[in-house]
Amino acid sequence: MNEQNTIVEQPTSFAFTLENMERVKNHIAKYPDGKQASACMPLLDLAQRQHDGWLPRAAMDHVAEVLDMPPIRVYEVATFYTMYNLKPVGRHHVQVCTSLPCWLRGSDEIVKRCNEVTGTEFGKTSNDGQFTMTETECLGACVNAPMMQIGDDFYEDLTPDDVERILNALKNGETIKPGPQNTRHGSEPVGGLTTLTQGAAKGEGS
Amino acid sequence: MRLSESNNMTKLTIDGQEVEVEAGVSVLQACESIGIEIPRFCYHERLSIAGNCRMCLVEMERAPKPIASCAMPASEGMVITTNSPKVRRMRQSVMEFLLINHPLDCPICDQGGECDLQDQSIGYGFDKSRYTEEKRIVEDKYMGPLIKTSMTRCIQCTRCIRFAREIAGIPDIGTIGRGEHLEIGTYVEKALTSELSGNLVDICPVGALNSAPYSNKARSWEMRNTESIDVMDALGSAIRIDSRGNEILRIQPRLNEDVNEEWISDKTRYACDGLNKRRLDQPYVKRDGKLQPATWPEAFDAIAKQLEGKDGSKIAALAGDQADVESMTALKDLMGSLGSQNMDCRGEGWALDAAQRASYIFNTTIAGIEQADACLLVGTNPRIEAPVLNARIRKRYLMGGFSVAAIGPNVDLTYKHQNLGAGPQSLHEIAEGHGEFAQVLENAERPMLIIGMGAIERGDGAQVLSLARLIAERYGMVVDGWNGFNVLQTAAARVGGLDVGFVPQQGSLGHGGIVAGAANGDIHTVYLLACDDFDSAALENTFVIYQGHHGDRGAHVADVILPGAAYTEKTATYVNTEGRVQLSSRAVFPPGDAREDWTIIRALSDVLGKRLGYDSAPQLRSRMAEINPVFAAYDTVSPAAWGTFGESGNLVDLPFTSNIENFYMTDPISRASQTMAECSDVFVTQTHGGKTGTNG
Ligand code: SF4
Ligand code: FES
Ligand code: FES
Repeated sequence: MNEQNTIVEQPTSFAFTLENMERVKNHIAKYPDGKQASACMPLLDLAQRQHDGWLPRAAMDHVAEVLDMPPIRVYEVATFYTMYNLKPVGRHHVQVCTSLPCWLRGSDEIVKRCNEVTGTEFGKTSNDGQFTMTETECLGACVNAPMMQIGDDFYEDLTPDDVERILNALKNGETIKPGPQNTRHGSEPVGGLTTLTQGAAKGEGS
Repeated sequence: MRLSESNNMTKLTIDGQEVEVEAGVSVLQACESIGIEIPRFCYHERLSIAGNCRMCLVEMERAPKPIASCAMPASEGMVITTNSPKVRRMRQSVMEFLLINHPLDCPICDQGGECDLQDQSIGYGFDKSRYTEEKRIVEDKYMGPLIKTSMTRCIQCTRCIRFAREIAGIPDIGTIGRGEHLEIGTYVEKALTSELSGNLVDICPVGALNSAPYSNKARSWEMRNTESIDVMDALGSAIRIDSRGNEILRIQPRLNEDVNEEWISDKTRYACDGLNKRRLDQPYVKRDGKLQPATWPEAFDAIAKQLEGKDGSKIAALAGDQADVESMTALKDLMGSLGSQNMDCRGEGWALDAAQRASYIFNTTIAGIEQADACLLVGTNPRIEAPVLNARIRKRYLMGGFSVAAIGPNVDLTYKHQNLGAGPQSLHEIAEGHGEFAQVLENAERPMLIIGMGAIERGDGAQVLSLARLIAERYGMVVDGWNGFNVLQTAAARVGGLDVGFVPQQGSLGHGGIVAGAANGDIHTVYLLACDDFDSAALENTFVIYQGHHGDRGAHVADVILPGAAYTEKTATYVNTEGRVQLSSRAVFPPGDAREDWTIIRALSDVLGKRLGYDSAPQLRSRMAEINPVFAAYDTVSPAAWGTFGESGNLVDLPFTSNIENFYMTDPISRASQTMAECSDVFVTQTHGGKTGTNG
């Protein structure tokens, strides 16, 4: 990781927009007086959204100031969670899960196809600035493995062809429905229900 | 649950032994109370508990998993096992994991020989590694000119983070990243702006944070350790001087709960390289307008010749900030036998009243700060005047229920406080009971006041003292069993000098009078005893005898130089700001022909035909006790009687400032120190905008 060692051109200042400042107030209001530091994570997220998907140091310092925290406490949070990007990302941030369940279900193929379509690889941004690829640990959607997250959305039950379709659509500015890319509904069994097929089950032994 | 007899005691069993401990202590402390040592890395008794190294694991009955004894409060009926084979295996496993990413470079590491990791791996480490994968490498971090980092050695115990945040009050260090990638650092590269940063070196259990100036100088076992007392400020912190041959390589803190706990300031620790530079190692006598090397008899002769047939009452003596009590006593006696009482040890602080001990010491005592519930600072910046004492105020602040306000410089003291204003007006307001903070003092049960030398070393010092006394009296700061009136001295010599009466008698000249008298010819000879911090240019036309250890300001105007010993080179008495009489120890010999200070004066008295009546240090010390009984008891403080001091009158409307401008350069030793010069460059010149570090 070592984000702190990567040389990135940093903007000199950052401030929440008036609109976001309202949101900041709402977040802070959720916590008891004097415990405003609890709002650190939502504020960092807000700052990241305001700043093209990544957090420059100025933004972290701004959050520290707004929350009256020593800046280092904010840096600690921002470097701990992988959801905060400390260097610029492309228009689409593609995070592919490679943890065990996804890997067993073929995440290697997914990654390969991602690389081919985006023309870049984990940890890098494509030349056209469209895609940044990041390898992630389990994103908690193993039941629909393999999967990837793009922006805020999960795309699940992927085949390499699905990946190609999705990424190309995004490249062309289209949107694709998130969720399972096969016929499945949510995380129900693939071929229809296999249990509880006859109405409500009766409890045993009572 | 069964309650033991007394409610705040808890009974538990450790390794089959019944133990009774105070409620609230951890299992680790309970073990320690019966002499069972628990290995640990992250736990430190003066820091909050992190519980992250897992080295302190023990077994607890009915617990499915081992527990971290540092983080587990001892509770009634617990059954703890610390010596089973299982515990041993657990510790071995923890050790193995800790060493996975440790470079094992002990042979080139300064911590080698005094490293917790090394020591504990003797007990719990394997002799072979089973780890064949790649180790991780961590980039070193910049933490200022005093700390050398080797972050690959770090075991992420987070002690340094907690020290910076809790004790030093500079929350600049943190954990960056996560898991395998976690690193300790400041994220944004910067020097740690703390006067206590050197303590990180002691706090770090491994060799990740080491002393930069001491880097690759020695191995810990080659050095001789001498337990002594610091004189870089007026706290008299307990130190250990580590020397090899006749060279002092480093200074470390020693435990003294009453004074410095286990901390020392960066100046105390790092100014010691100044002890090897610009030293006066032989006598000098001015001939043909130039100081030339001389022998001791030649130097003494020059003095005898100067004094021959001259009026003895026109000699004067000034003692400096690091003079020891023995030499001041000897010089005082010599002056008396020559017929002069023109002497002063107070510098600009002439308003200090030697007759009232309570008026010039820190009556509350340093440990007593923890009992106070409100504190008013007047004309002081304790953060640079006495960093370790400031840490004690911060400690009290962190306990809660303690308000601090300051009249004087508006600075970051590392704890929240209110600045009531810069000048005498604000002091008057408090004295008259106006304002919010007056109310706080009113309601406080044990209020205290700390008045700095910056408020006393001014023309109206006596009036300031008098007003401060009235404030102390008004708010009940001086009652039975509590004295909240405190003078924070900045010179190690001051209280001792006042105690032994190195001040003018009625009708004789004090500091100001001596300097003026020297300028206009009323004084023909001035004896400077390690006295540098005043406008010495006024002495150009006077015969000046300079006795001291550094070629500093005083030596520049001297006609005769008598080379003395620095504090590490003599066994001598110093009295700290609390009035605690302490003895330093000689760690090395003074360089060249230099001699222990009181012996120089004793030898000179012989040449002048005024032989002083003591031939040994013990005899001299009984003479001191004869002058003032406080010198009969070392290492304790006894309460001083309250009395009237100061002079009523108007205060000059000038803001109070600290008497120290540059923490890193306050005396001949720190001014000669390369390390202090670097610090001054990094912290004073750069951060405070272009000030030069020449103030004393
Ligand atoms: S640098 Fe030293 S004190 Fe700080 S976390 Fe690492 S091992 Fe602990
Ligand atoms: S392993 Fe991929 S989402 Fe859980
Ligand atoms: S000493 Fe208990 S976990 Fe580190």
